[in-house]
Amino acid sequence: MRVLVVLLVVLLASATAGAQQEVTFGYLGLAKDPRYARLKTYTNLVLRPAIDPVDGAMTAMREARIVGRALKMKFALEVVRERDTEGLLAAFEKLYAERDARFFLVDLPGEALAPFAAALRDRDVLLFNVSAMDPELRGEKCQANLLHVIPSRTQITDGLAQFLAQKQWYEVLVLVGPREEDRLFADSFVTSLRRFGGKVVDRREFLPTNDPRARERNNVRLLTSGVDYDAIFVADSRTEFGRFVPYNAYLPRPVVGSIGLVPSAWHWASERFGSPQLNQRFERQVKKKRKMTDFDWAAWAAVRSLLEAYTRTRSTDFATLREALLGEEVRLDVYKGAPADFRPWNRQLRQPILLHTSDAVIAYAPLPQFLHARNNLDTLGVDEPMSACKL
Amino acid sequence: MLALSAWSGPGAAKGTGLVFISNEKSDTVTVLDGETDTVVATIEVCGRPRDMEWNADQTLFYVACADDSVIGIVDPEKLAYVDEIPYIEEPEAFEFDRAHKRLFVSNEEDAALSVIDMETREVIAWVDTGEEPEGVYVTKDDKQIWVTAEASNLVHVIDGETYEVLADIVVGTRPRRFATPPDEREIWVSAELAGRVDIIDMETFEVKESISFLPRGFRPEQVTPVDVLITPDGETAYVALGRANHVAVVDVATREVEKYILTGNRTWGLTLTRDGKKLYATNGLSDDVSIIDTETLTNVKSVPVGQIPYIALIDD
Repeated sequence: MRVLVVLLVVLLASATAGAQQEVTFGYLGLAKDPRYARLKTYTNLVLRPAIDPVDGAMTAMREARIVGRALKMKFALEVVRERDTEGLLAAFEKLYAERDARFFLVDLPGEALAPFAAALRDRDVLLFNVSAMDPELRGEKCQANLLHVIPSRTQITDGLAQFLAQKQWYEVLVLVGPREEDRLFADSFVTSLRRFGGKVVDRREFLPTNDPRARERNNVRLLTSGVDYDAIFVADSRTEFGRFVPYNAYLPRPVVGSIGLVPSAWHWASERFGSPQLNQRFERQVKKKRKMTDFDWAAWAAVRSLLEAYTRTRSTDFATLREALLGEEVRLDVYKGAPADFRPWNRQLRQPILLHTSDAVIAYAPLPQFLHARNNLDTLGVDEPMSACKL
Repeated sequence: MLALSAWSGPGAAKGTGLVFISNEKSDTVTVLDGETDTVVATIEVCGRPRDMEWNADQTLFYVACADDSVIGIVDPEKLAYVDEIPYIEEPEAFEFDRAHKRLFVSNEEDAALSVIDMETREVIAWVDTGEEPEGVYVTKDDKQIWVTAEASNLVHVIDGETYEVLADIVVGTRPRRFATPPDEREIWVSAELAGRVDIIDMETFEVKESISFLPRGFRPEQVTPVDVLITPDGETAYVALGRANHVAVVDVATREVEKYILTGNRTWGLTLTRDGKKLYATNGLSDDVSIIDTETLTNVKSVPVGQIPYIALIDD
């Protein structure tokens, strides 16, 4: 019996040697990720359809066919969804051992990603964070095998603060919602605003209620009166309150943040840098059911960076590919203008940030006025000397 | 000087002497008087017009319209949109074979090169390419079709008879357009995001050399070459440097960049007059065309045209 088993293994090995080289990437996410649920409001108004960033990864996998033809390789994406980190770690081990997978897109919120990545800190793999924007993951909790494709919250709010500075809208009224993510977004914005020379004239918390006793916190006119300001920043992750701030404010001032002028990694209305082509490819992938979001874009860019590394090195050796991805060899076209690459000090993808309204991209940060000695993209996010990351 | 002998002076110009410019965002073709370089007409065409080519006897021209998925046909004398070839998915660039019997079109969204029989106007072949195929080049003997795949960083070489893929060549990031010297010993391909031109040996299919560009005062990431053009005598190449707002002049033999000519914002399409004296450079972000005197190598005039001008086609 033992002889038979050995024989089978040899046969399998010789069969694959002649064929195309098979390469498997992993996609690890939560079975039910609350971040991606359809954003519904009163009377079933849909503010945002449900998201599944796998669609972005699959858009890039479609490109992999022809790249594979050129390289004589066959690329596959194995999508795994589990209820918790434990399940995902088991799935990881299975893909690692059985499919020889070394590159994993990890689609988890920050609080789940931190322990998951920490458990794999010393493994010879590369993990691509496609959705957690928490700065700590790029700071004190950073690790050498965790690459961040999605921009950090800092990069996002720096982009917005550059825009305000360029407009000389320095004095900002900050309105913050009751959710934890609203607070994080507002805190990040305030830091960015100060970094680029602006100041907060007041910070006010709103409550989405009609209770007349709480009118100081739910009436937009009251919330925006009593001080003067150049712009209003709203942190409201669900936009259920925020969407009523424009035109209802006490003073006629532009609204930015979660509503009005919004900073994002990606937007479907981007008309420059070839982005219409990527948006159309994505919409074809999802049969026109929805538009490409930041998370879809990040999952797409993660796979795209892998394909680029395979193309440039023509190798399947993990160390060679790793070096190419982290070094200067991979200059990734992310359809936002300047080529993107991973910052060596914290593994964050350098990239432009889009500043858009509901249907138009108004500007691409870094704005031309903001220069950096190394790369202008480094005017966005935590720069090397400030970084708390020790790799 | 093959180009010079073929040219017989503006008075005896073969065509109308007009210059046609496709405007991607205005869905129009702007018409310039080739002598004075002033706008004389604007023709409404199909949606998102881009590449343009003449028919065999230069009595009509074709214009690829991606948003309408057609190739439109324009009469340069009547200045009218007269006909169209339908059902061509998102065409961007195209070329004919020498006899104008077959049309080779890159289908940007379908990641394919389609071959159209010009008599029946039907698609007779379909070749899978990398994502966003763009530049197409057909060798003089019709034996090979070269096509770039912008988003896959590949150049495909396709057999002109069997339509089999002969080679997939890895080049610099975002390959866009081709140019060859008349002897077809090598082919130049612009790599937009790599800021360079890769030179491929047409026999061995190997990238043998690259030329990088950097006009004074620009950073490498601003140099985004798109169109590349080699003069009919094979001596000089012009490269439109995109967001670096210059056209580079390259000595083909030595590979030396001789000059950078200042143009408009995001220079990307290049067309040379038959006599080689004037170069029309379209500027995608300033909605104008820079007209370059190739003797003095200076930009002598800028003419506002439609929105997002793509390429000029000259009836000389």
